[in-house]
Amino acid sequence: MAKLKFYEDLCKGCGLCADVCPKKILRLAPSRINAKGYHPAECTDEGTCIACLSCARMCPDVVIEIER
Amino acid sequence: MAKKLMKGNEAIAEAAIQAGCRFFFGYPITPQNEIPEYMAKRMPQVGGCFVQAESEVSAINMVYGAAGAGARVMTSSSSPGISLKQEGISYAVGAELPMVVVNIVRGGPGLGSIQPAQSDYYQATRGGGHGDYRMLCYAPSSVQEAVDLMAKAFDAADEYRNPVMMLGDGMLGQIMEPVEMVSPREGALPEKTWAAGVPENKGRAVINSLFIDPIENERHNQLLEAKYQAMRERETLSESIGTQRAEVILVAYGTMARICERAARDAQKAIGAKVGLVRPVTVWPFPDDAIRQAAAQPSVKRVIAVEMSAGQMVDDVRIAVNGTKPVGFYGTTGGVVPTVQNILDHIQAALKEGN
Amino acid sequence: MAVVFKKSSMLTDLPTHYCPGCTHGIIHRLVAEVCEELNVGNKNIIGVAPVGCAVFAYNYFNCDMMEAAHGRAPAVATGIKRAHPDKIVFTYQGDGDLASIGAAEIVHAAARGEKITTIFVNNAIYGMTGGQMAPTSLVGQVTTTSPYGRQAESAGYPVKVSEMLSQLDGPAYIERVSVHSVPGIIAAKRAIKKAFAAQQEGKGFSLIEVLSTCPTNWGLTPKESLKWLEDNMIPQFPLGVYKEV
Repeated sequence: MAKLKFYEDLCKGCGLCADVCPKKILRLAPSRINAKGYHPAECTDEGTCIACLSCARMCPDVVIEIER
Repeated sequence: MAKKLMKGNEAIAEAAIQAGCRFFFGYPITPQNEIPEYMAKRMPQVGGCFVQAESEVSAINMVYGAAGAGARVMTSSSSPGISLKQEGISYAVGAELPMVVVNIVRGGPGLGSIQPAQSDYYQATRGGGHGDYRMLCYAPSSVQEAVDLMAKAFDAADEYRNPVMMLGDGMLGQIMEPVEMVSPREGALPEKTWAAGVPENKGRAVINSLFIDPIENERHNQLLEAKYQAMRERETLSESIGTQRAEVILVAYGTMARICERAARDAQKAIGAKVGLVRPVTVWPFPDDAIRQAAAQPSVKRVIAVEMSAGQMVDDVRIAVNGTKPVGFYGTTGGVVPTVQNILDHIQAALKEGN
Repeated sequence: MAVVFKKSSMLTDLPTHYCPGCTHGIIHRLVAEVCEELNVGNKNIIGVAPVGCAVFAYNYFNCDMMEAAHGRAPAVATGIKRAHPDKIVFTYQGDGDLASIGAAEIVHAAARGEKITTIFVNNAIYGMTGGQMAPTSLVGQVTTTSPYGRQAESAGYPVKVSEMLSQLDGPAYIERVSVHSVPGIIAAKRAIKKAFAAQQEGKGFSLIEVLSTCPTNWGLTPKESLKWLEDNMIPQFPLGVYKEV
């Protein structure tokens, strides 16, 4: 079980987290945009997250905080 | 303290150590080599640090690092080396870092010569690097004066958080004179709450000269300008010798002033003219008032700037005299040092031509 | 539930200005985490920022920082380390800063065995100034100053910093890593940790060359940039340990 926290306004919508997520449960929010005007990253199914930390490691802007 | 026969360069280095300087970063270049050589020997003896850098560019940036870390630090070089250090000096002014930079000037331009010259005056006083920046710049005319001014230079650097230059020349660096060395500085060095890695800085030190926002950069420039104004008001130094009721006022600094002083003293007998000398001790800030007052006397027919250059300080003399009296120039270049007689001949010709 | 991944206290709260997907941000995080894990406290770490995209690193690393003139960070760091031999001192530099204008400074800091750690970010291009050719640009690589692709005939060949510096006796630890993948990032952190440890143990100079991306000036998406790095830069700049004392 894991819990993801996104500091959305730091996100620049680069999408790298989504690319490396082994469970393919991350995506850029299709409609929402953050304060910078980017589509921020979000998790579509936190239940299946295995807290492998890949997304947080790949993120250049330390947007994702993870609890396990 | 008893007098001791010392070479200019070595006396300057020892005076720096007595002033509490414990860090020296330099690079070999004639005619200032004895300064790094002396520091290489002495610094370990006083628990200090000497590093010979790979270039003057690197040396001035090592000085930047140590100064930003709160150290009392200096470097020395000679004309071409000082040119290489100009960018670093501009950064140090921008980052408000205290340091002493000694320039033992040699003939220029380019590789020039290794004999004494004063052809770096513009560079020293107008700023040889980029941006509006100024540097308190002392021009000692004897080894004793250089020694006495070193402590003042370090303290002023700390007070204003700005580099201070000591402008010598090959003659000053190489001659040996009896010197009474200054006694060691008492008391702790001033606290540097802004520096990196020091306990007295409770916050996070950021040593930086980049202000990408123009409004902030303007505010920063205004802060620097206020410092220069304070230096103009409080640090200007000069000496007037025999200027009362003189017919001719010579203006000369550094070792050139010693030759002119002798010429002024001999003038009455030699050419029947009363000649006085105003000697800037700081070439920046320039002693405008002292020159203006001396030139304003009704007796004065002419002011003559005398330099070992093609004429650079003469501009400042003209600004100071501001057209009230004729201002002439006599100079030698390339490292040629004029004699007392050369100067007397020039004064005589100038007076004849002027009347 | 325990927090297993959180922003390091060695990073300030200021969001970075780097372009989306630029891996500078990852490298900042790794350096910050390693510094934090040294357990010496922010006040005992002093960093030197370069001129380049990372010029604002003095706003991002939460320790005493100095901004150096272009290429001069190793000299500035030398001055700092000599003044504070007990402090951890690092430089964070790009390829234009280190391998071009600052080549003499890095070579001599390494040759002196200066007890500092250099994080050398190699993205084969000048980022901040808009995409010019760097000493590490690949032969054939198109940049704004090699519009026909870098011509070896006139612009020479990429500079191999890790290989070059490892020939000197002053360095204690030199490794080239890459942040183009999660395993690469994990390995990069380990390398950075070893470099700082070499400094802490007073073994000498340490440098970690980190292959990094520049999506904006490479003209690729963040994801494509990672692939381009893997396919083109790693063959030119093989990863691995080049010096270990």
